[in-house]
Amino acid sequence: MTITRLLVANRGEIARRVFRTCRTLGIRTVAVHSDADAAAPFAADADLAVLLPGDTPAQTYLDADRVLAAAVRSGADAIHPGYGFLSENAEFARAVIKNGLTWIGPTPQAMDAMATKVEAKRLMADAGVPVLAELDPAAITEADLPVLVKASSGGGGRGMRVVHAMADLAEAVRLASNEAASAFGDPTVFCEPYVERGRHVEVQILGDAHGAVAVLGDRDCSLQRRHQKVIEEAPAPGIADAVRAALHEAARTAGEAIGYVGAGTVEFLLDGDRFFFLEMNTRLQVEHPVTECVTGLDLVALQIAVAEGEALADLLPAGPPEPRGHAVEVRLYAEDPAEGYQPQSGTLTAFDVPGVTARFDNPASYGIRLDSGVEAGTEIGTFYDAMAAKVIAWGPTREQALRRLAGALERTIVHGVLTNRDLLVNLLRDPVFTAGKAHTTYLDGADLAVLTRNGYDEQGLRLAGLAAAVADAEARRHRSPVQRGIPAAWRNVVTQPQRTVFDRLTVEWYGGRDGYTSADGEIRVVEVRDDAVVLEHDGVRRPFTVRLHGDRCEVDSVLGHLPLVRQPRFTDPAAQVAAGSLLAPMPGSVVAVHAQAGDTVTAGQVVLVLEAMKMQHNVTAPADGVVAAIEVQVGRQVSAGDVLARVEEDA
Amino acid sequence: MTGEARREAMLAKLAELDAEHAKAAAGGGEKYAARHRGRGKLLPRERIELLVDEGSAFLELSPLAGWGSDFTVGASVVCGIGVVEGVECVITANDPTVKGGASNPWTLRKLFRASQIAEENGLPTISLVESGGADLPTQKEIFIPGGRLFRDLTRASARRQPTIALVFGNSTAGGAYVPGLSDYTVMVREQAKVFLAGPPLVKMATGEESDDETLGGAEMHARTSGLADYLAEDEHDAIRIGRRIVARLNRRKARPEPAGYAEPVQPPETLLDLIPTDLKEPFDPRDVIVRIVDGVSAGNEVPFDEFKPLYGPSLVTGWARIHGRPIGILANAQGVLFSEEAQKAAQFIQLANQSDTPLLFLHNTTGYMVGAEYEQGGIIKHGAAMINAVSNSTVPHLSVLIGASYGAGNYGMNGRAYDPRFLFTWPNAKSAVMGPQQLAGVLSIVSRAAAESRGLPFDEEADAGMRSMVESMVEEQSLPFVLSGMLYDDGIIDPRDTRTVLGICLSVIDSAPYEGTTRYGVFRM
Repeated sequence: MTITRLLVANRGEIARRVFRTCRTLGIRTVAVHSDADAAAPFAADADLAVLLPGDTPAQTYLDADRVLAAAVRSGADAIHPGYGFLSENAEFARAVIKNGLTWIGPTPQAMDAMATKVEAKRLMADAGVPVLAELDPAAITEADLPVLVKASSGGGGRGMRVVHAMADLAEAVRLASNEAASAFGDPTVFCEPYVERGRHVEVQILGDAHGAVAVLGDRDCSLQRRHQKVIEEAPAPGIADAVRAALHEAARTAGEAIGYVGAGTVEFLLDGDRFFFLEMNTRLQVEHPVTECVTGLDLVALQIAVAEGEALADLLPAGPPEPRGHAVEVRLYAEDPAEGYQPQSGTLTAFDVPGVTARFDNPASYGIRLDSGVEAGTEIGTFYDAMAAKVIAWGPTREQALRRLAGALERTIVHGVLTNRDLLVNLLRDPVFTAGKAHTTYLDGADLAVLTRNGYDEQGLRLAGLAAAVADAEARRHRSPVQRGIPAAWRNVVTQPQRTVFDRLTVEWYGGRDGYTSADGEIRVVEVRDDAVVLEHDGVRRPFTVRLHGDRCEVDSVLGHLPLVRQPRFTDPAAQVAAGSLLAPMPGSVVAVHAQAGDTVTAGQVVLVLEAMKMQHNVTAPADGVVAAIEVQVGRQVSAGDVLARVEEDA
Repeated sequence: MTGEARREAMLAKLAELDAEHAKAAAGGGEKYAARHRGRGKLLPRERIELLVDEGSAFLELSPLAGWGSDFTVGASVVCGIGVVEGVECVITANDPTVKGGASNPWTLRKLFRASQIAEENGLPTISLVESGGADLPTQKEIFIPGGRLFRDLTRASARRQPTIALVFGNSTAGGAYVPGLSDYTVMVREQAKVFLAGPPLVKMATGEESDDETLGGAEMHARTSGLADYLAEDEHDAIRIGRRIVARLNRRKARPEPAGYAEPVQPPETLLDLIPTDLKEPFDPRDVIVRIVDGVSAGNEVPFDEFKPLYGPSLVTGWARIHGRPIGILANAQGVLFSEEAQKAAQFIQLANQSDTPLLFLHNTTGYMVGAEYEQGGIIKHGAAMINAVSNSTVPHLSVLIGASYGAGNYGMNGRAYDPRFLFTWPNAKSAVMGPQQLAGVLSIVSRAAAESRGLPFDEEADAGMRSMVESMVEEQSLPFVLSGMLYDDGIIDPRDTRTVLGICLSVIDSAPYEGTTRYGVFRM
């Protein structure tokens, strides 16, 4: 069963990652994509592409029948599910196999075995893998505290509650049960000991169809935000050899217990030298590149090989390689960490990671690897996960890898959409993280205002503002129909500085014969050429890069990135937003309208409901009054700032 | 004099110039500016800064008008050329901080000059109006000649040269005809006041009781009389509307923008090291020219091609480009104009007319040569030929006084009376019928001769006093501030800005078509 044409039932960077290996192996590739992804880079990366009409995951990447139909129509003989979407759907795997296609993944039986947490834990405990004891909520005593109340079905942190005092237990169980019932339709909850400062350590395994399971090293993914991994590394730092060996052995045992075939990850909670089985992911992980870097392996190639029936003994005759050096991966999300990680949408007007030595592949020597689903010009929507790219640094030591990654990220050009880049740079230089002491809840208590700061303090802002104002003035001069050769803002009688107003600061400057200076004369512009502006302040020259996209001025320098938005000089009074307008807080679609024009509403009353990123947002009346107009209907897609309705306040 | 000493002397003069410009910019002073701002209003230069395109240049004209008179320097109005929505426009703005923006005789002359520039170069005019009318104590010098303002407005319109009035405040009595005769009128709500007669005068005339808003408010004019085409919410809005009006004028320049060019071979900055502030010290105008004209680039292999270099060497003539636009240059080299120089100039001016090339006159002349030999050699008829050519030439002329401009040399070199499109002065320049010492000396010789002919004793002491008095008077009157105050130039400029100023002027000139002439007065052979 040699695979000749492989369909990736996924999108974004993981689709591109799999395509890359297919190209290396000589396998033809098929992409499936939604309407929203029609112009996404991954759709163009494959030899063939099949449209799954629609935008939502349910209509597209989660629709097993349509994905399968696409495989049949495109002549694919194998399906790689990537991660997320249908990757852990045993029913889908069965359907793939039933249709005579090769499923790049474990057997449906193995997937079933690991599908529910409670069942998986029981199975592992039986096989001798350490698990956290399951406690009956009714039998908990003071000595068991703290405990975690968990929903039996479901995941993603919903229905979870930590209890530190006996007095809170009953209420926590009641609330968790209610939440579980409404979220998953199953009110069953259980308790387990709560490990307060645990680390998330996982082990990569690979099984073949002949009963062999190899351990390909471990990873630390402790740095998480809201149960989503942010930084991952291999090998896990600061673990005693004996503990590491025990972890690897436990993972192998887990894999062997269910006859695992393909790449999988066994996740553990590490508490000092003790560890407990958390769950097993029966698929390729997002963070697999760090393992690839330090082992030199191509995990996707190995997945394909074992799916084709090859034996581990032939694939890795010398056994799994020892890790060489250290690799760290960060996930670049289009989100605003300072605003509760709110997902961002828009066009990525520029994207460039400097010093990249390999894409979707291991660097030949220590260097930077980029696995990106986006490129300059890519539209980032809100239908899918906000992760835009993964940047991986591989270095001889952990310290060198961290420093290199922080440096590359700091110099990364990413424009048009807000990202967590500054947070990542700060975390990579964070003393707790660099000491290898970050635990899974480290970010929960962190001051994000501090952690998302870049170099643009008050003075940095002044410098960047002047650079942006000057670049803007030069651009205007060059596109003026007349007097293009006359120095910008030249005056024979100088009476006042020029004023350039941005969203977050106003820059006052002078132009003229001697070039540009700040209004106070402290900052001098040494050079302006295309998008490069060199400033001099206090004897220090500072280069800035300013790229202009309409009103947006994207400033980059060693201080980081600063997006500035030019404010219009004039506002047409007729175009001003009427008072009482309800504006869309984020892009999304209108799912309900609860009022109509003429209705009397009270402050806080829900006027309409938006859905964005699978979350519903109530848009409420700002004050008591009468609805003057509803500007949208159910189903309408809106952008952030669109007027949804107007409420006339009671006098 | 060393370069450093020259630079220092010139910088001292430029500092004086800055101080005089600051007086003009201060308008009616801090107190009145604060009161004006307190009413939520913008100062005239703030209005202009908002009106012109962001980062564009603004060439203020006649900033020192009224210097040395009893009126505030600047003559209570700001005039200049700015770029609005990519269109070069003449902009005038009353300064309401100076006696409520009332017009005095200098205000009129400054506005007339602005209107002349708009006419000659085919530019739209934007008037930012807020004026209390005429300065009554000088009404006899204003009322009758002032009618020309309104005549010029409607004639501009007739020439299809757009006129736009943005009314920010008072524009009453005669002033009401500025919006009345403009193509487009914008009035600011609750600020503009446009009527022939205010409530007291109406009461006197007809007994009718009324108020400002009813007689001439913006709202009334926009909704009832139709005098206002647009009602602006506030000053910013008026400027926004004004810009939109210009954007829709569909203006096209007569000549296309020139292609690329290089900056001068020598940096203009070094002009300060070269120019002696003592006019007796000669300097080579070629050193000035290479610092003003385009450097070497494709299509401009030589920065300055000198014409007839071996003939009449006291006047340098030749071809160059400024900001990509061709220009013929006439520059005095040794001060004195002889017959050869005059003939060379007359020929060169005719050549420029043959090729439709604008001309630049760089003045540094003490006049035409005198003496029996030169009179007999025909210096008058040769000088006349030069003046004939200058007067009848129809290509655009620019003049810059870079040194002396004395006697008939001022005429031959295209002085103010010869209507160059623009004329600017360097701070070291001087202009008079002749040098102060010569003039005083002439007077002394004449009175000595008169005394002798009448057989009277000559009072040497009184003569010395007279000479010193005349000398200092003429010296003072020939200084640039005085000349600029009387609108004998369009402004005093920093020598280092000369290239920029000329670049703007040549661009502005391209707004309207021009063609060289073949018709001159009779050349006496």
